[in-house]
Amino acid sequence: MKKSSGETRLMISEQILKGLRDRDPRGIARAISLVEENDPLADEILASLDDSLVDQAMVLGITGPPGAGKSTLTDRIISKYRSQGKRVGVIAVDPSSPISGGALLGDRIRMMGHALDQDVVVRSMATRGRLGGLCAAAGAAVRILAGSGCSVIIIETVGVGQSEMDIIRLADITALVLAPGLGDDIQAMKAGLLEVADLLIVNKADCEGAETLVMDMESITREGSGKEKEKAKVCKTVASEGKGIDDLLATIETVDASHRKSGERRTRRKKAYDLEVLDWALEMMKPSIIEKIEKSGHDRKGDPRLRAAKLLEQQ
Amino acid sequence: MTEQKKHRVLIGKPGLDGHDRGAKFIARALRDAGFEVVYTGIRRTPEEIAAAAVQEDVSAVGLSSLSGAHMRLFPAVVEALKNSGAGDIPVLGGGVIPDQDIGLLKDAGINYVFTSGTPVEKIISAFRTACETQEGRRS
Repeated sequence: MKKSSGETRLMISEQILKGLRDRDPRGIARAISLVEENDPLADEILASLDDSLVDQAMVLGITGPPGAGKSTLTDRIISKYRSQGKRVGVIAVDPSSPISGGALLGDRIRMMGHALDQDVVVRSMATRGRLGGLCAAAGAAVRILAGSGCSVIIIETVGVGQSEMDIIRLADITALVLAPGLGDDIQAMKAGLLEVADLLIVNKADCEGAETLVMDMESITREGSGKEKEKAKVCKTVASEGKGIDDLLATIETVDASHRKSGERRTRRKKAYDLEVLDWALEMMKPSIIEKIEKSGHDRKGDPRLRAAKLLEQQ
Repeated sequence: MTEQKKHRVLIGKPGLDGHDRGAKFIARALRDAGFEVVYTGIRRTPEEIAAAAVQEDVSAVGLSSLSGAHMRLFPAVVEALKNSGAGDIPVLGGGVIPDQDIGLLKDAGINYVFTSGTPVEKIISAFRTACETQEGRRS
């Protein structure tokens, strides 16, 4: 990272803090970038956020296989919350290529109808192939959005892979979006995602196979082992036509209210907090470990695991 | 092993022209060159593109036009960025653009202009230079 003089840095930081307070789109966007890049200015930005706003906001995770309609659904959900006068933030996560490190972030396409609405803040984020770190960056972005007045924040991600699963754990409520005709994906996702979902959305409910899928999902949610959390609710939507969105929002509200009442929301936030602290700690340790590995690079004897243990001892 | 800073760019198609082959080709080429590319899809207004560029905090905006409306639409995006307080974000444009328009577009604030004959390596390198300049200015 290029370092410029302390004075300019201070100026930049003040500009961004003012931008955040004034809900200036550029200030919010710059703040998220600085946090994503793990810039030293991130500390000050994150410390300046209004905790009460962060506490009150509802974080909704929307996950599901590619092509299920997550972005279109998110677009419709944004419209409904906007009609209730709520300011909405969206973090749309897409995978980075492990080969080139690049990413094509296309979730915005379905949400461009809100592009000129200053109270809809959409930010695309690439996974950047990080082992950790994504959770840290996404969590901080959620808080920046909340701190800038968004009372609903939607995290949209394909729920495959460990880091994407971890991001979903940042959410207060998680909705799994499925659609008929994506059978194989659903099989692949059953293992982790069905267990974290509070809500199952069968989108494209006007398509053939939707009723069967709804029945399948209802039976799966009934099977779950007895005393664990309440059973996930199943909602039907046709996002492209805006059908079923009112019912969906009502269900989200019911789940949120019950989580707030039962203490589930607080429990999840605590877990998410610890997860993020761990993620940040690993991110912060990484550069010094990489440096040590590179320094001792000439001597590649011994088992890698033993070498790692030795490097950490010197920490 | 050390992580490189990622360049974030936005590729958009202003106006009514729905031919997005070129835009998608460039978006994929940039992705394969390691860029994070926000794609906004077809038929966007200059204002929508500017608003998305601000929210996504990109270091450069790339525009594509195959319909002949570039003389109006490209400068309109530059203008919209200025109006959003983001006039510093460099704008690059390409498509079916007659030679005599290139100078005029540059005068109107389009930093780089590409035509159908421009090799993709040259386009990628222009985006890289534009991003590095912009990021250097910011930090």
